[in-house]
Amino acid sequence: MTLSNRAAIVGIGATEFSKESGRSELQLAVEAIGHALRDCGIAPSEVDGLTTFTMDNNSEIAVARELGMGELRFFSRVNYGGGAACGTIQQAAMAVATGVADVVVAYRAFNERSGMRFGQVSSWANAQVNTNGLDNAWSYPMGLSTPAGTVAMQARRYMHEHGATSEDFGRVAVADRRHAATNPEAFFFGKPITLEDHQASRMIVDPLHLLDCCQETDGGQAFVIVSAERAADLDVVPAYVTAAAQGSGTDQFVMTSYYRDDIGIPEIGVVGRELWRQSGLVPDDMPMAILYDHFTPYVLMQLEELGFCGRGEAKDFVKDGAIEVGGRLPLNTHGGQLGEAYLHGMNGIAEAVRQIRGTSVNPVSLDEKPHVLVTAGTGVPTSGLILSRNGG
Amino acid sequence: MSGVLRPQHNRDTAYFWEGTAAGELRLQKCNACGALRHPPGPACPDCGALDRGHVTASGDGEIFSWVVHRHPQVPGRQTPFVIALVTLAEGPRLLGELLGVDPDTTEDLIGAPVRIDFQHVDDELTLPVWRLA
Repeated sequence: MTLSNRAAIVGIGATEFSKESGRSELQLAVEAIGHALRDCGIAPSEVDGLTTFTMDNNSEIAVARELGMGELRFFSRVNYGGGAACGTIQQAAMAVATGVADVVVAYRAFNERSGMRFGQVSSWANAQVNTNGLDNAWSYPMGLSTPAGTVAMQARRYMHEHGATSEDFGRVAVADRRHAATNPEAFFFGKPITLEDHQASRMIVDPLHLLDCCQETDGGQAFVIVSAERAADLDVVPAYVTAAAQGSGTDQFVMTSYYRDDIGIPEIGVVGRELWRQSGLVPDDMPMAILYDHFTPYVLMQLEELGFCGRGEAKDFVKDGAIEVGGRLPLNTHGGQLGEAYLHGMNGIAEAVRQIRGTSVNPVSLDEKPHVLVTAGTGVPTSGLILSRNGG
Repeated sequence: MSGVLRPQHNRDTAYFWEGTAAGELRLQKCNACGALRHPPGPACPDCGALDRGHVTASGDGEIFSWVVHRHPQVPGRQTPFVIALVTLAEGPRLLGELLGVDPDTTEDLIGAPVRIDFQHVDDELTLPVWRLA
């Protein structure tokens, strides 16, 4: 038995992406889920499973109450911040493929700009009375206490080992912002940047500039997942879950895996190998990808870990517009989390579904290769998906 | 420094912070196989033994990576400041603020030799810090 193509994403829904939603996080979740259910014509009363991030502040039961969902048969949460994104879809796919639930909704909603800002020092993460709090005792009190700081430490070493430069990182930002510029839903709609803009932006944590860092966003995003059989009966183009994987590396920490011989992000390599194994596909079968872009260096490192190029070769791979629409591997065609919004990776999954449906504002032809690869947060235990237009 | 973030600690990690307060950099050592380890934990990943102690490290190391933190503000610290990830002479790595270095330096400090120092915050906390050797 395999999970491949046994489940599909049939509904997607989101709120607007803003810097101040003016609503509670629960209301954002309810709105996003409502949009996703209407998108596929499934009633809230049919939903019998819910899955989200451990970091989400909206309980499954609160969401179910507000939407009149009734009885639930499946509820689960995935840990490790943005690493959970594709993991929630994996949870849902496993549940509907095995008949544990019939209709599962995956959701994420937060006021991450007007409320608790992830870009600030996460004093709460340091104060946790659990093993994550104990792990953070080796970084936060020493002053390394923001996501940008933890990634900058990796980025500096990566530059040293492979000769990558800040400009190489900047090409990711330029691609994201080019794609966001033509996406009306993106915060940076109509605002492309140049490499010179990237280089001129202020330093946040050297070697990371401001334009290497994702946004902070208020908003909600939700998905409806059903079995492939049920999907065939709906009036939608299903995005079949061809592969769904989680991955954690050896000697893994949350954002501070600094103690293994070769630091980097091997956890996304674990995900990649599993995606290729489940799907029987190879990197050349991907016409595009959505790579989690909280910080630009990790996009280069993902290209290497996933097998799109060799170790240290991403700096050459991303040159000459290769990762922009029209290039050899367009990335983050919605504008990514630098350009569209930071919805903890969930908005990237929605863009993959739109590409499968042919409704993206920056369409990539999937006629010959009907697949999209999506990844979740890196530097943490993470996850990934291969979605396909055809169910095999 | 008074507002600096305080480390969580428990019975597995207390020896480290007792060491910094005493002016010692302590590394966990497995009493069964002798493996050195940082960060510490209750079991030896190499041999599985739960019997552990600690040794005092030489305090010498080499910068493996480093950053200059400029934004946002960090509790108890003045920005900008430099943080180094150091490979100890004994093998394990340890993070700490790197003192005495110009944050605007254009040098690549990777590979630079450093030596441990201790920053007394108050009676309950002493932080390990690095200085160029």
